Formats: sequence, structure tokens, C-alpha cells
Amino acid sequence: MEERKVLIEVKDLKKYFNVGRHKMLKAVDGVNFKIYQGETLGLVGESGCGKTTCGKTVMGLYEATGGQVIFDGVDIHSLNKKEKKEFTKRAQIIFQDPYSSLNPRMTVGDIIGEGIDIHKLYTGKERQEKIYELLELVGLNKEHALRFPHEFSGGQRQRIGIARALAIEPEFIVCDEPISALDVSIQAQVVNLLIELQKKRNLTYLFIAHDLSMVKHISDRVGVMYLGNMVEFAESDELYDHPLHPYTKALMSAIPIPDPDEEKRKKRIPIEGEIPSPVNPKPGCRFAARCRFATEKCKQATPELEEITQGHFVACHRVRELQDK
Amino acid sequence: MNETILEVKNLHVSFKTYAGISHAVRGVDFDLKKGETLAIVGESGCGKTVTSKAIMGLLPKQNTMIDKKNGAQILFHGEDLLGYSEKKMTEIRGSKISMIFQDPMTSLNPTMKIGDQIAESILIHNKVSKEQAHKEALEMLELVKIPNAPQRMKQYPFEFSGGMRQRAMIAMALACKPEILIADEPTTALDVTIQAQIMDLIGSLQKELNMAVILVTHDLGVVASVADKIQVMYAGKIVERGNVDEIFYRSTHPYTRALLNSVPKIHTNNKETLYSLKGTPPDLIHPPEGCSFAPRCEYGMKICRLKYPRETVFSDSQTCACWLHHPKADTKGLPETMIRGGR
Repeated sequence: MEERKVLIEVKDLKKYFNVGRHKMLKAVDGVNFKIYQGETLGLVGESGCGKTTCGKTVMGLYEATGGQVIFDGVDIHSLNKKEKKEFTKRAQIIFQDPYSSLNPRMTVGDIIGEGIDIHKLYTGKERQEKIYELLELVGLNKEHALRFPHEFSGGQRQRIGIARALAIEPEFIVCDEPISALDVSIQAQVVNLLIELQKKRNLTYLFIAHDLSMVKHISDRVGVMYLGNMVEFAESDELYDHPLHPYTKALMSAIPIPDPDEEKRKKRIPIEGEIPSPVNPKPGCRFAARCRFATEKCKQATPELEEITQGHFVACHRVRELQDK
Repeated sequence: MNETILEVKNLHVSFKTYAGISHAVRGVDFDLKKGETLAIVGESGCGKTVTSKAIMGLLPKQNTMIDKKNGAQILFHGEDLLGYSEKKMTEIRGSKISMIFQDPMTSLNPTMKIGDQIAESILIHNKVSKEQAHKEALEMLELVKIPNAPQRMKQYPFEFSGGMRQRAMIAMALACKPEILIADEPTTALDVTIQAQIMDLIGSLQKELNMAVILVTHDLGVVASVADKIQVMYAGKIVERGNVDEIFYRSTHPYTRALLNSVPKIHTNNKETLYSLKGTPPDLIHPPEGCSFAPRCEYGMKICRLKYPRETVFSDSQTCACWLHHPKADTKGLPETMIRGGR
């Protein structure tokens, strides 16, 4: 395999929130991964697992409690104001909710043009041309530039969000659940658009979502998070074909498949209960309390990610003995 | 066993809005048998929620118009619910027909203890003492597998997680052992593992109580495992109906096909571009003349934009409203499984 350039390296990233009375909400607790230039890294997990916090910390929207986010050789959490502005020119984010993430009092043209103005990329006629070009790129019309966000449907708003992110020609985009608020047919439109843009502009994505089948479709590699920890990490096909961590297995088996025969054939691995609170989590494997295979060791020591097969990492004490089961 | 308990006939619902009259449901017919699960599938704004709220009599009175001139009827055991007074409707609602909503946080009373809320619905519909109602409420909470039920009875909704709130709502809906449960996107706000738990729960309770379930959803995956029959709605009309196998393997309407194709298949490793439907659903204030799907349909013909197609009947359960099944239609280039002789 050719040596690819690592665009982003996340090292032991931690983000804690102080929720008062000496309680710490450990939203992200020691996560490591690398994203290569031009690839899509998927991040999945249930709500409250820390995937969105992770994305926002990678973008520098949250101050990290510990660890590093190295973007093209520089730790983004050590940047001064000027350098930070430079960084935001290269990295952008698309938010989950297309209703609350667009300023209702700005026209679409100004929303898209704001980044261009801040970074002084284009002015006057050139700026206008650029905005039109972006609108057309995401499948909207020139005429839409003068309208306000409330005049658009959810899918169209999400396109505006994408156009805004692309306006300053970033290399890296964090997509934080960009499709979960949309209808199925519109989801496909947006995902196709993201893939097409990636090919055209050699973009790198961090794609965060809880829709596992869509993540599989768009991602090259996928990380599974549970309660602030990365529990499994692999190439996307490998992960879906051979999940190894007990949590990933249960998660995969819970995905409803739009195929009645497949549904009948499939055996679901139930997991009891719900995701525990991330406030002052117990030591040991975070999944131990709900895991069928948990032993004493799991409750005491937190397992590290280890490479089981080429490029497939799992954080589980018992993964080797359970592999064939 | 196979007695029909609910029949909806030619239901038209429209709303007065500032922009004009929005025709949300435009002629919907279906029936429901005891113990059966009917899934209503479609995108947002297709009229699936309006249909289910019309059955429950929950649509706002001020701006809703249910057109009775066309013979619109909602027959429950042969009696027309549309003719019921509000008082009579209250007796049915919650005891004979219950509904659970998409968002359990906004549909539970935040200032009332969970136990009291469940007991309330029992007290309204049955002549029992408060103690008895609370005892039954506790049994319901245990039935929906809420751990530590006696303590949980005394808690407020905000102390519950999303999955548990949905369970509490199911407990409340089922407290009076209804004959029909309408579940409007019951798992959309929940994670997949919790979704699986809730769907299992609804399934097992359905068997136990021999209820009929109307499942309203946009998630075809959920439908595949639980539904007996499916109807696909688009712009206020049912465009195709059939049993599970017919809809998933032998669907005949281009819209059903498009819905099925736009979901990525998790068990195949192809990274081809997803099938994506162009455009957006039509404006229901000015619904198009002919088939409302025609502007987005890749097989659209001239006639499609002029006249709404008649329903073609394929089997006892499957019908489809599409001009492609007209004997004179040009069927070149269509998928083979789609073209079958109607009756």
C-alpha cells in the first residue's frame, strides 16, 4: 500500500465537562485515531457516546481537556488567534440541525459569503460569482442567494450548510450527523453530493452518524464509540463483515434491514438496559455492565485498543478467546 | 380472529392555513383486522400522521376540515367515529384505541409523576379505586420491563431516559387494554439497540392482548420485521399497498421502488452511488392535477400529469395506482419484476 499523508492525528483526546459538585462528565475519554488525506472516517455510536463532542473538539470548537489534535503537523489546541483563523480556513463543519445552524436573519448569499469575507478571499463581483457557483454546485439556483433560510426545506437547508462549508475551499470537513434530520430520499441526495464533492476536490471527511448503514456506505474506515471510548476501529467492510467487540456485534445485529427474509434469518444479540451515565464512570471496560462476557478483569482494567488483524483494532480483554464464537 | 375492526373509507382531510387550503389527506381507504399489524410508510408530509390522528379524533378543530360529502367514514366496529361527539370520543380514546407518539418527552406531562399519569388513564375509563388504579399502573410498568418499577412510579418524566419514557408511554397507552394501538414513529427518536427493545416489546404485548397495531413510520427496516401489510403513501394518497413480501420483493409503484433503493444495503459491499430521488414532494396547497409523483418519476408519461391513475389489483392484498400498469403503457426499460398482469 502506498504511503498516504496523515492529515489529522488525534492522540489520547479527552474532553470532560464539569457538571458541578465534583462531578465530571467524561464525554470523550482517551480517543486515538488518524485520518488520511482524501479518506472518510466514520464515527458511530449511540447517543451520548461522545461522537459529536469528539467531532467538535477535533474542530477546536471545544477546548480539549487533555491530549492533542494534530492537523497537518500542528496541534490545533495550541494555536494563537491568528493561527486559529488560518486553521478554520482549512477545516469546516456541517451541523446536524439545518434549522438552527443557519442565521434566520441573513440571506443565503450572505450566509455562504460570510466565510469568504472573513478570510478576504474574494470581493465584489468575484465574490458574487463564487456564491452562485457554490449554490449550483450543491444543486440550488442563483436566485436562491437572495432568499432567507425559512424559505427552504430541510434538505435544501442542509445543502446551504454544505455550500457554506465549501465556500472557503477547506481540505477537511467534519460532518456531524448531516443527514439524520432528513427524509430517506433526501438523505440519498445529500450523501451522493458529499461523495461527489469529495472526488472532485480531494476532501477529507470525519463523518459522524448513528445511521450505521449510511456510515458504512460513505466511509473508508469506521470507529465505534461507546461512552467516550473507542471500542473498535477497522476498514468499513471488515468492521461490518467481522465485528469483534461484543458491543459492535450487538449494535450490528440491532440494525433493522429493509428485507423481510433477511430480518427473519438474522439472529439478534440483545443487550439489556441502556447506556450508563458518563458522569464519573466506573473504572474498567465501560461496556462491562451490559456485556454478556464480562469477567472480573473487565470490571477493573480498561482495555486498550489492540490490533487483532491487519488494520482492525479492538478494545476488549476477551476478544481473542471470543473470536470464534 | 380475522374480524375487521376498523375501516377507513374515502378519508379527505384538509387544513386552513394562511397560504390557502392544504389538502393533507386526499382519499384514503383501508381496513384493519384484529391482531394485525398495518404499516403506513412515507416521507414527511405525506399524510401518514394526519391519517392516524384523524382516527383518534386528535386533529385541531379550528382549522381542520374532514370532508364528509364524499362519504368519508372511519368505522370502528361498524360505527362511524367521525359522527361521534367529543364526549363519546373521549370514552374510546385511550380505552379502545390508543396512540403512542414519536417524542415521548413532549407527550408526557412534565409536572406529573409517571405512576399518576398511568393511573389517570385507568381512572378515567374504569370505575376503580385510586389504590386499584395505582396497582394496575405498577403492573403495566412491570409489563413494559421498567426496572425498579415501584420507585419509578414516583418519579417525573425528566428523570427517565428516552427509551424509558417511550416504555412509560406504551404502558400508559396499553393500561386499558385497547383493541387498536396506533404507534406514530415510536422509535424514530431512539438508538438502534433501544429501538430493537421497544419493537420487541410492542410485538410481544400485541400477541398477549391480541391488539391490532397501526405502525406509522418512514423506516422501511423497522417495517420489514414486524408488519403484516404495508401501505405506501405519497402526497396524501395511498400509492401502493400489499403484504410484506409483495412490497419488498415485488413492488409495482416507482415511488415504492425509489424508497427501497435509496437505503444503502448493509450486507453488500458496493460503493456505487445511491439511488436518489430528484426534487421534493409537491405542495399540497396546490396539489398537481394528475399523479402527484409524476414530476419526480423517472418513468413519467404524458398521461401521468393529466389524470390520476386507477388502482390496479394484483392480488388479494396488493394494489397499485400507477399508469404503467395500464395495458397501453410503454413498459420498455422497466424492471422485469415490476410489470405483472393485473386483474
